[in-house]
Amino acid sequence: MKVTFNLNGGPQYLDVEPGEPLLWLLRQLGMKSVKEGCATGDCGACTVLVDGRAVRSCLMLAPQIQGKKVLTLEGLGTVDDPHPLQKAFLDSGAVQCGFCTPGMVLVAYELLLGNDNPTRDEVAEAISGNLCRCTGYVKIVDAVLLAAQWKREGRWR
Amino acid sequence: MAVETRQRGAVGQSVTKVDGPALVTGKPVFTLDLDVPGTLVGKILPSPHPHAEIVAIDTSEAEAVPGVRAILHHGNVPRIPYTTAGQGWPEPSPYDTVLFDRKVRFVGDRVAAVAAETEEAADEALAKIHVEYRVLPTVFSPEEALASDAPPLHNEPDAEGIYDAKRNIAAAVDIPVGDIAKGLAEAPIVAGATCEIPYSQHAALEPHCVIAYFDEGGRLVLRTSTQVPFHVRRIVARVVGLDPARIRVVKPRIGGGFGSKQEVLLEPVAALLALRTGRSVRMACTRQEVFVASRTRHPMRVTVRLGAGKDGVLQALDMEVLSNTGAYGAHALTVLSNVGSKTLPLYNKARHLRFHGKAVYTNLPVAGAYRGYGATQGYFALEVAMDALAENLGMDPIELRRRNHIRVGETSPIFEKIGEGREGTAQIIRSCALADCLRIGAERIGWKENRGRRCEDGPWVHGLGMACAMQGSGITGVDMAAATLVMQDDGSFRLLVGATDLGTGSDTILAQIAAAELGVPVDRVLVYSSDTDFTPFDTGAYASSTTYVSGNAVLRAAQDVRQQILDVAAAAVGERTEVLELTDGAVQSRKTGKRLTLSEIGHRAIYVVDQRQIAATASFLCPESPPPFAAFFCEVAVDRETGVVRVERFVVAADCGVAIHPKAAEGQLEGAILQGIGHALCEEMLFSKSGRCVNAGFFDYKIPSSLDVPGIKAILVPSEEPTGPWGAKSISEIGINGPLPAISNAIYDAVGVRMIRAPFTPERVRFVLGATA
Repeated sequence: MKVTFNLNGGPQYLDVEPGEPLLWLLRQLGMKSVKEGCATGDCGACTVLVDGRAVRSCLMLAPQIQGKKVLTLEGLGTVDDPHPLQKAFLDSGAVQCGFCTPGMVLVAYELLLGNDNPTRDEVAEAISGNLCRCTGYVKIVDAVLLAAQWKREGRWR
Repeated sequence: MAVETRQRGAVGQSVTKVDGPALVTGKPVFTLDLDVPGTLVGKILPSPHPHAEIVAIDTSEAEAVPGVRAILHHGNVPRIPYTTAGQGWPEPSPYDTVLFDRKVRFVGDRVAAVAAETEEAADEALAKIHVEYRVLPTVFSPEEALASDAPPLHNEPDAEGIYDAKRNIAAAVDIPVGDIAKGLAEAPIVAGATCEIPYSQHAALEPHCVIAYFDEGGRLVLRTSTQVPFHVRRIVARVVGLDPARIRVVKPRIGGGFGSKQEVLLEPVAALLALRTGRSVRMACTRQEVFVASRTRHPMRVTVRLGAGKDGVLQALDMEVLSNTGAYGAHALTVLSNVGSKTLPLYNKARHLRFHGKAVYTNLPVAGAYRGYGATQGYFALEVAMDALAENLGMDPIELRRRNHIRVGETSPIFEKIGEGREGTAQIIRSCALADCLRIGAERIGWKENRGRRCEDGPWVHGLGMACAMQGSGITGVDMAAATLVMQDDGSFRLLVGATDLGTGSDTILAQIAAAELGVPVDRVLVYSSDTDFTPFDTGAYASSTTYVSGNAVLRAAQDVRQQILDVAAAAVGERTEVLELTDGAVQSRKTGKRLTLSEIGHRAIYVVDQRQIAATASFLCPESPPPFAAFFCEVAVDRETGVVRVERFVVAADCGVAIHPKAAEGQLEGAILQGIGHALCEEMLFSKSGRCVNAGFFDYKIPSSLDVPGIKAILVPSEEPTGPWGAKSISEIGINGPLPAISNAIYDAVGVRMIRAPFTPERVRFVLGATA
């Protein structure tokens, strides 16, 4: 079936299978930042933002994306020009293996869009649906707080 | 301290991870992020039975499914015994596995494999493979497995290296030092503990996966999520019968391992499917398969008996282990050995020691390497027993450790007696800041103020506990790493290492080690790692080896290249190398002040005079395994009504020598502590009466989330390891050894009950509280 949606700022007009998970569709479109960690909605590695809200793309079906705006990590920043939130992850040592990082960055982005002065507990709450086995979450929370500080200082674009 | 005054450049700086920018922007750097056109999907048919013989297997209906290209099973695959343990040759694990056997030994064991054009076709084919089983009697615990009438799991005649197959004993050790019976009998104060650890999971976020494809020359390429690319190449070649020279193994970025990917699981199956079809094949475990059919921590029961003088100094130390290796003996002997070898030297005062135990086969999932590698199980019992001994002595637990722990210049007979499945190597401790760790950690947690206070807050009671641990840095006489360092014509460098960064940051740390020696910033050193075609050998990422072993190889290569740079510069400026200095990207003469940049030197060496490639390859064989040390402290609150345990604060003070990258070192500690808290409070694989794992997924098997993190404070306490690269030792495993005993001891401080069976779930805590009330 045909779907039209916006992916990272560009229009997409595609034929999709009715039962196809959004995760598969996005990876076929080259959005390899979207990771499959469990395929059951438990780990958050496949998180993307749909109309600004974090969703698990393994649980959303491709046709459900009709008319919506999707943001994956590819749409946030680049190696040469990372988003300040991505830079904060690097500077804080919040990236170990990096497999959970795309989902983590996107849920943090959703949080900071609505709240540029979160407490440590609010950050922990916001990322609580995304599992990380490497970091103990300590430096991930540090990174989000650092990015929030930069946002308050007007350093986000 | 001497180390502060040495020129260290990039060492000790938390520089940007060399792979960080690609990771944080979601670049396609992981195994499955590569799209190889025309790739088939490979899938595995798991056994529904815990123990059965395959009487007949009929694949005709499956073969008829459109899109199916190959089906593998015991009837069409050569039978070659091997071990899935990704260890150096000769592997100390028994050769008790074949790719597809006539017998299955646990629910989830490999029966057959399919390659098909699509996921759907592969699934349909799996459903249409008809297998007739003859169900066999089962054993689901080591005790059952050791019973005289127990069915033997490994009665196949071609298995090698099993300690006693008839009795289901995969491995056994018995190491006596002195006279333990006499030592315990004569000690005025004794204490002990028996602690149990269940089946638990590494739970790396990236499931095991591999793509097998053929390059332009028809050679087989395995792009795989592994900790041991060189062992994968060697083992796959043997198991599938291919010349190793026809195999290239590439490890791209991998999404965590923690030991689970020190195992050669999917690679030989994918390789064989690719060879049979002439097509590329991708395989990935589902999360359920990762739980059931990859590897787990070895469940164990460890008993420690201690005898001490009235001064608290240990006289006798007995440790007995019963390890469950599951259906196959991957790492059975070495994990068992490490329960003792990584724990007993910490308290080296006892003259009477005994370390003995067995690793036993059961019809349950296969255990393997997991961060801590037996030490985690050993420290749980040892440190709970030390807490009990302190109580019997009426002595502060920290003081008891102070009186017993190993120090610089000291040794332990255990170093020589227990190695990796064979005898070890004597070694003397050259760096140890454990005394500082104890002091700093105790201050940070407020030990004096809060220990034994039993502060109450409604049903909640607070308590403080502590524990100590050590680990190693690589495997003595076994781990070997090599590095090739090449200077480019622009004066930048290429560093080729076999070392395997599994998310720990080792590529960055190795670049720092080279950069510091070469007097350049880290971004002048391009790291390329873990490719068996292009990088020199490395045993792989396990046994806390990379910073120490691979780091020393890099340092040697860098020293050689540095000398070559000085030689070229000396010829260029017409002075002796002795008066030249290499710092800040240039060589300068102390005598004349003449200066040549590295860019000028690189250009000259390649294009101008006496042209040659400035480059060096060096290797390093782990001569000894300097232990990192750590002291762990935590505060818990226990709800006496519900049995819920909350970890309020956790402090770890660790000595990893010089931390090459402090933030990465802290990150290793923080991550390991939270994994350990998971072990202590909630993580346990559960099985039905028929041996089926009933919580094989993240919904039912709980790993800690961001809401389960107490305040974790990781403190790096410096020492300088004289044999380490820039003074460094390891850090990646030690952190997981502390939480189980520290939390158990804190619960005891709070409510006076000893939790000796992990995890300390509310039900268990409430039960134990009820039993003592």
